[in-house]
Amino acid sequence: MSNLDSAQSLKAKFGDLISGPAEFRGEITLHIADAERMAEVCAFAKNDLGFDYLVDLSSLDHYGEDPRWTLVYELRNLSTNAELRLKTDVSEEKSELPSVLSVWATANWHEREIYDMMGLRFKGHPDLRRILMWEGYPYHPLRKDFPLAGKPTNVPEVAFTEITPMEGGPFVTLPSSGDAVSREPRVRTPEE
Amino acid sequence: MQTQSEIGYNSKIEGDVIITRVDAALAWFQKNSVWPMPMGLACCGIELMAVGASRFDISRFGSEVMRFSPRQSDCMIVAGTVTYKMAGFVKRIYDQMPSPKWVIAMGACASTGGMYRSYAVLQGVDKIIPVDVYVAGCPPRPEAVLDALMKIQEQIGREPILSKLNLVAKLTGAATP
Repeated sequence: MSNLDSAQSLKAKFGDLISGPAEFRGEITLHIADAERMAEVCAFAKNDLGFDYLVDLSSLDHYGEDPRWTLVYELRNLSTNAELRLKTDVSEEKSELPSVLSVWATANWHEREIYDMMGLRFKGHPDLRRILMWEGYPYHPLRKDFPLAGKPTNVPEVAFTEITPMEGGPFVTLPSSGDAVSREPRVRTPEE
Repeated sequence: MQTQSEIGYNSKIEGDVIITRVDAALAWFQKNSVWPMPMGLACCGIELMAVGASRFDISRFGSEVMRFSPRQSDCMIVAGTVTYKMAGFVKRIYDQMPSPKWVIAMGACASTGGMYRSYAVLQGVDKIIPVDVYVAGCPPRPEAVLDALMKIQEQIGREPILSKLNLVAKLTGAATP
């Protein structure tokens, strides 16, 4: 079954819930309208279409837009090598969606990372703790409204953070065909 | 007069004699047996392994005994990025090392935070522990680490161990050694 065929059968099963498929360079993306039904869609993709591997589960922050969050599920069928990408949106007020841990066990740490870095909660996750930062750290550092330099915190006996001196930065590299001097990281204004 | 030459030192039998101060002798022992605490936290840790391996061979300087226990080490080599999450553990391990102790900050990250100007990384390990030698590089060449070790050895050679012990004894009220 090709990538497109899997997308079509998913669409046939769930109808209006799923829009797409959008194709870009041979990669198929489906958009699921209701994040609450994500676990159900994923269970069908695994059990009936054979997507037995969750390659990655990541999140996007569209700061200032509504809905603010987009979740991206990269699926793979290890026996046919078919690939499929599922996307769904979650609003900032809600910031919650069902866990797909019962479908793919590997979602456990992916979901913990999204909870840690973005602050989205996963319903039904048995162990929703921070995975990179420590317990008691009050922020979600990959949100767009979190400054790169960080904010000062202190959890006694565990860890502390301070504001990083940016020295005029952030320092940005410029992708170009130029020499090493023109590519090297420098303070760059957005107009450059 | 016969008796005097018999109790005198016979260099043909006993070998040569070096006369020195106890302080200098102790410093010489100490600086040629600096046991490192390898605090390998990132890619610099790999370069630190190269320092210990046969091509660069840190044992030429008496420091081949990498101790993974802070209780048995003299010099902490902080090799790599110190994150805020790790900072507390680095500090604790440093505190567990017996005095006298020295610290080498190996590489850009351990010295200043390096390229990681972000919320997650401690901007230089000298914010939590005193550093004796900073090594530039990302990562530094093994030769640079050996040079840092030689700088530590020079520093140990200059330290008056006995008088320091006397000072400690005076401050704590213990018996003078």
